Amino acid sequence: MREMIVNELTQATQELIREFARFLPRLFVMLIVVLVGWLIAYVLKWILRSILRLVKFDKLSEGAGATQLLNKAALPSSTELVSRFAFWIAWLGFVLLGISALGILGLQEYVTRFFVFLPRLVVALFFLFFGLLAASFFSRAALLWAVNTDMPSPRLLSSSVRILISIFTASAVFEELGLADSTMLLAFAIVMGAVMLGLAIAFGLGGQYLAKRFLEGRFGPEKKEAKEREDELSPL
Amino acid sequence: MPTYNNAATIGQVVQTIRAGLLKYFPRERAVIINPDGGSRDQTQELVRGASINDLQHSSDLQALRTLHCISTEYPGGPATGTALRTILAAADLLRASACGVVSAESTTVEPEWIERLLRPVYQGTFDFVTPLYRRHKFDGLLMRNLVYPMTRAFYGKRVKEPYASEFAFSGQLGTHFLGQEIWMHEAGRTGTEMSLTISAITGGFRLAQAFLGVKPHVDARSADLVGAMRQTVGTLFWSLEPNFPLWSANSSSQPVPTLGAGQEVTLEPLRVNRRRLYTMFRSGVAELEPVLKSILFPTTLSELQRIATLSEDEFCYGDELWARTVYEFAASYHQSVISRDHIVQALAPLYRGRAFTFLVENREASSEEVEQNIENLCLTCERLKPSLVEVWDGRK
Repeated sequence: MREMIVNELTQATQELIREFARFLPRLFVMLIVVLVGWLIAYVLKWILRSILRLVKFDKLSEGAGATQLLNKAALPSSTELVSRFAFWIAWLGFVLLGISALGILGLQEYVTRFFVFLPRLVVALFFLFFGLLAASFFSRAALLWAVNTDMPSPRLLSSSVRILISIFTASAVFEELGLADSTMLLAFAIVMGAVMLGLAIAFGLGGQYLAKRFLEGRFGPEKKEAKEREDELSPL
Repeated sequence: MPTYNNAATIGQVVQTIRAGLLKYFPRERAVIINPDGGSRDQTQELVRGASINDLQHSSDLQALRTLHCISTEYPGGPATGTALRTILAAADLLRASACGVVSAESTTVEPEWIERLLRPVYQGTFDFVTPLYRRHKFDGLLMRNLVYPMTRAFYGKRVKEPYASEFAFSGQLGTHFLGQEIWMHEAGRTGTEMSLTISAITGGFRLAQAFLGVKPHVDARSADLVGAMRQTVGTLFWSLEPNFPLWSANSSSQPVPTLGAGQEVTLEPLRVNRRRLYTMFRSGVAELEPVLKSILFPTTLSELQRIATLSEDEFCYGDELWARTVYEFAASYHQSVISRDHIVQALAPLYRGRAFTFLVENREASSEEVEQNIENLCLTCERLKPSLVEVWDGRK
């Protein structure tokens, strides 16, 4: 009986050692992949940071209004943020690659999912950056246009343009990430509908005199002549 | 003679040019070239159809040589730069010794203008002749308050009309113009007249100004203030980058010879809506605060915000503050702190404030006093120019 127990224990121990011996090279492979991955990710971060500094990405980001947002959130500069993000994404990719080298069945599926999701994440970030850029550019363009044409409430117009483009960007980003597709679509439709209805009511009720003045100024011959007389100074 | 839908005025202008050529250059081979931007009002037909028999100016004009008139449509839609490039290319191909450009909107053009512009170049005395006009003291405010003083401060030549619709140049200078980089940029499409003047100055060519006479009161190029600022201020700011070594070394300005001087400033009563300029300045400073913050130094912005609170009677946008404002805009344009076009647009409301001050200061001024006030602004711009050199690459 005692011998049987000892034999069983010896067999189990030997089996464990054999399994561990079989697993050890895979663990080493994983560690090597993670370490090499860290090195590659670090080099990638350094190269990306140099390129972004060379193309003055911070200035572009400042123009897009992203720098102000980052400052408010006490985050580093956009160049630093993008290069750090690239580092972590690259390294995480290598870590998952190393984990898949271990051959653990349950984890394989998650690793595959991550690699499928990665391009979508990059595209979503691309949408987010250019959406912010467009929102900032067009809201400023609307503000300048409204000020130079003496339109009423230029900042309201500018903010409306920024909000509309931001909502559109957010819906595109969430759709790309596949997060709450239908919720976002519904929210987008509700917001757009509310804005349009609000504008229609505001213009119809509150802005009837403004609309009247605008149309008279635009098409009324008497007003037009008066304006021409007032503006007869030529800047050149 | 660049054109685009100028049927209303082109007949008179082309006849005057023909009369000028026949009267003052009867023995020289001459050709009128009309690049057209795709007119739909028969402008080109009117140019081609103009004949010697239509001349109203003098009945004893005799054509000793054939006077050719070529009208051609250039591709790409109306663009003054493309039209000027067509003229330059034609002048280069014909090896013209002198070439003049006349605006199709110049309803006050006289045959003598052709002589005054072309003669100094044809005689080989000068390479580039810009016009001097007789203007009302409140006409051309952007030219007098920004374009002339700043061009003078930057490039050291007192060219009073750097953005001229009439000018003349030698064949050698024409070839120099064609070899410039401007044709690859926006400055080669709009505001090209300004670029050509700057190019003639920086190229070290011999410059002169010829007094022509009354300038048409409303120049179609300047009907839209923002458009006028893009063509002049935008082009001027753009030119600063390639010419930095030259303008940063200039510390003073030299006069440019003036031919046939006449009275430049007229004083007849003119209806001006000053209040609109004042209110648009105030609303501009208030509404554009986030934009101005990224362009101006905090001290300059706070000073602008302070004067924006003053009443109409107390308001004064002085020479020094105005010069500082424009220099900071130029530096921000160079550094592209925001879109360059937005920077130029943001200057428009501030220019309105400056124009208001100019109108108030010169309300009762004589022509000499107006000239003196413009001279004072120019000297202030020259004095403060080192401040731009200091901030050119040093901030933001």
